[in-house]
Amino acid sequence: MKSSRRKFLQIAGLSALGWSICPSLLQASGHGGGEGGNGQGVRWAMAIDTRKLDDKLMEECVHACHSIHNVPKINSKQNIKWIWSAPFEKLFPGQMHKFLKEVPEEHTLALCNHCGNPSCVRVCPTKATFKRPDGIVMMDFHRCIGCRYCMAACPYGSRSFNFADPRRFLKEQNPDFPTRTKGVVEKCTFCAERLDEGKRPACVEAAKGAIYFGDLNDPHSEVRQVLKERYSIRRKPGLGTDPSVYYLI
Amino acid sequence: MYDGGKIIAGLAVFVLLFTFPFWYNIGNAAYTRPKLELPKEAKECVEKTEWMRAEHMQLLNHWRDEVVREGHREYKSMVAGKTFNKSLTKTCMKCHDNKEKFCDRCHNSLAVKPYCWDCHVAPKGEK
Repeated sequence: MKSSRRKFLQIAGLSALGWSICPSLLQASGHGGGEGGNGQGVRWAMAIDTRKLDDKLMEECVHACHSIHNVPKINSKQNIKWIWSAPFEKLFPGQMHKFLKEVPEEHTLALCNHCGNPSCVRVCPTKATFKRPDGIVMMDFHRCIGCRYCMAACPYGSRSFNFADPRRFLKEQNPDFPTRTKGVVEKCTFCAERLDEGKRPACVEAAKGAIYFGDLNDPHSEVRQVLKERYSIRRKPGLGTDPSVYYLI
Repeated sequence: MYDGGKIIAGLAVFVLLFTFPFWYNIGNAAYTRPKLELPKEAKECVEKTEWMRAEHMQLLNHWRDEVVREGHREYKSMVAGKTFNKSLTKTCMKCHDNKEKFCDRCHNSLAVKPYCWDCHVAPKGEK
């Protein structure tokens, strides 16, 4: 008894020592937060003007995004969506009260929020989902193993799983952007490929001024200006994911 | 010798099976490199032909990681001194616009099945 307690204390002491020498172990569990988006550098963000958007404009935004990114339209629960329109009560469940129901159900656009603290990145076992230094939560479709942890982790339902080969549902293909394959998760990438060319995201262009886009860390950027002037809310802010998509009310 | 007959028969079967690939191919024509259709307009590739023949898979692998994970999209060629867009469809397939007569001929004859085309869209105009 006596010797085993001594042994236990020795091992406990050594492990504590090891833990203190190697603090990276403590950080290993959270590769989601950290660098990027908190201080210097670019942090891309979007401000969606809910007053300017109407059904037609939203449809154009969705079409612009889905057509250039080869997103298929599947008429079932297996549908894939990068950007879509949804009623306020679905987007802002915490902001609803019974008198709001008197207003006819209004819709606005929803997409991946490119969170500052993305839960999908933290749970991804292969780091197929990762956060770029400019705040974009990217998908590496090459690496995705289709475990769908990210879908479970995302509180916004922004991710879709390819149950079947998406090419079967595509009438036209844009050869400049890959289709995905069966068994991978996909989502909006804030048009990272267009940003790298110096263009703005496709939905921002299609929205004709109803969506503002820019760098959150630049006080002169379009988003910062409009966030200064207008009142804005974000989806489910209490969850601490720090979304980069703002809704102007 | 015990069971000599069985051992010798077993050995014979083993040698026969082991050398099967050699005598199965006797009389077949030797492997010839498939004739590829080279792009008509473009004169030079991102790198030398011999280098590309041996290394294009590594190059494409690097490209995909650098583009997707690091956002580096420009490739500086070692020979031409030019910069290219690191893109299978926007750079490679713009010149090599016929996948069947360029990529597939070699890949088929070597029984290599790259899964690039499960996602990336082959240029139009073939079939």
